[in-house]
Amino acid sequence: MIELIGVSKHFGLHYALKDINLQVPTGQKLVIIGPSGSGKSTLIRCINMLEKPSAGQVIIDGVDITAHRAPVAKVRQEVAMVFQQFNLYPHKTVLENVSLAPIVVCGISKEEATESALKYLDRVGLAEKADQYPAQLSGGQQQRVAIARALNMHPKVMLFDEPTSALDPEMIQEVLEVIIGLAHSGITMLVVTHEMGFAKEAADRVIFIDDGSIIEDGTPEHFFENPQHDRTKLFLSKILR
Amino acid sequence: MPAFIENIAFLQEGPFAIPRWEALFTNIDVIWQGALVTLLVASLGLVLALVLGTVIGVMSTSHWKIPRAIARVYVEFFQNTPLLIQVFMLYNAIPLLYPGLFIPVIVIGIMGVGMYHGAYIGEVVRAGIQSIGRGQLEAALSQGFSYIGTMRYVIIPQAMRIVLPPLTNQAVNLIKNTSVIAIIAGGDLMYAGDSFAGRYGHYGPTYVVVGLIYFMMCFPLAVLTRRLEDRTRAA
Ligand SMILES: Nc1ncnc2c1ncn2[C@@H]1O[C@H](COP(=O)(O)OP(=O)(O)OP(=O)(O)O)[C@@H](O)[C@H]1O
Ligand SMILES: [Mg+2]
Repeated sequence: MIELIGVSKHFGLHYALKDINLQVPTGQKLVIIGPSGSGKSTLIRCINMLEKPSAGQVIIDGVDITAHRAPVAKVRQEVAMVFQQFNLYPHKTVLENVSLAPIVVCGISKEEATESALKYLDRVGLAEKADQYPAQLSGGQQQRVAIARALNMHPKVMLFDEPTSALDPEMIQEVLEVIIGLAHSGITMLVVTHEMGFAKEAADRVIFIDDGSIIEDGTPEHFFENPQHDRTKLFLSKILR
Repeated sequence: MPAFIENIAFLQEGPFAIPRWEALFTNIDVIWQGALVTLLVASLGLVLALVLGTVIGVMSTSHWKIPRAIARVYVEFFQNTPLLIQVFMLYNAIPLLYPGLFIPVIVIGIMGVGMYHGAYIGEVVRAGIQSIGRGQLEAALSQGFSYIGTMRYVIIPQAMRIVLPPLTNQAVNLIKNTSVIAIIAGGDLMYAGDSFAGRYGHYGPTYVVVGLIYFMMCFPLAVLTRRLEDRTRAA
């Protein structure tokens, strides 16, 4: 379970997150929606401490990772992240991208890490690209490799920060299909996205963030059919047209 | 001697006179010996400079203040004082601080050029690291890499491609700068040339040959630098 207690984050005078309280039970598929600059990225980046909260606690399976000398690197091994810009390692082959951290960080043998890497590459449909370099792949393929890289850490939690926003429209679907496939597994997933179709199909729960606060929190049905807040209605009317 | 040579005045007398050339070539072993010392000091100095430069470069990009400050002080100190004085100080101050400690001049030379160029290479490495996008650091950290592991496996291998041309350029400067150890009787090429030439005043031929030997050591690296620059630009 992931628990955020009174989490705030400010950059200078500007508050990107204001007193966020959030519990995400194990296995939940949480979709985070909100306008640009509302604090979505900051929120999920606090969960793996890429962003250090200015106040409050982030507790993952009982471990307070905001505490002094918390085992942040250890927790990050179980909390994988998929970035908007993929961030694959350009100097490594696809296979090495997927197996590097398990070998170096987790101490898994090269054979074992390679075998599971190939398994996950196959799962995202890219086993035949194992020996290519990221620059030789399309954006959609790169993002699928990034997902395989995350999966090969055998994470308990996966964080997605707008995984399809940097993609050409014709590649969005191939990536979403992989993520929807994952949604059937037991992994806890937090997905920042503007893909409302994905939210309807894969989410157990949707939260809407505006100006650093969670102002809507419920099931996808609740969110799309019966939003409580005026700002949510306004946002939906714009995005659904 | 052919007549046309007898008609060339500067080969008959003065700094480039033929007897001076003859004297040099009968004693050329002294020069080769110096060249060997220079090669040794340059190669070990380069290794030291690369190690120091990498450490300093990583320190100056860390998000912790103290290593950053130490790196800054190191770089500013070594870049803003003459190498000659640094080597002189190493040679004369260490025996004062640690009486009885004997350090061979070659080692002083290696430390001298290594520490001096370590500062410059540190700046090159820093620029290289900073040219790698933040996303790479974040991707590695998010997978549980330590800061050092991130540098070692993700950032530095990528930065290396960018910093290779300026690094080979540093190597050229380092080779030339080993000549400062001549002032502490370092036995290097410059010193060998100087002391041979000084004995009978054979400066002309000696400096021509010594200069040529430095050129032969540096020129291939300079060509390599240009090749690497072209490759970086093409990539
Ligand atoms: N490193 C930073 N330094 C200064 N301000 C920042 C930084 N990161 C984020 N912010 C600010 O914090 C606010 C929230 O940013 P955040 O990236 O979390 O928004 P977002 O909801 O992810 O937006 P988008 O949809 O554009 O990705 C914004 O106003 C942003 O300008
Ligand atoms: Mg964002």
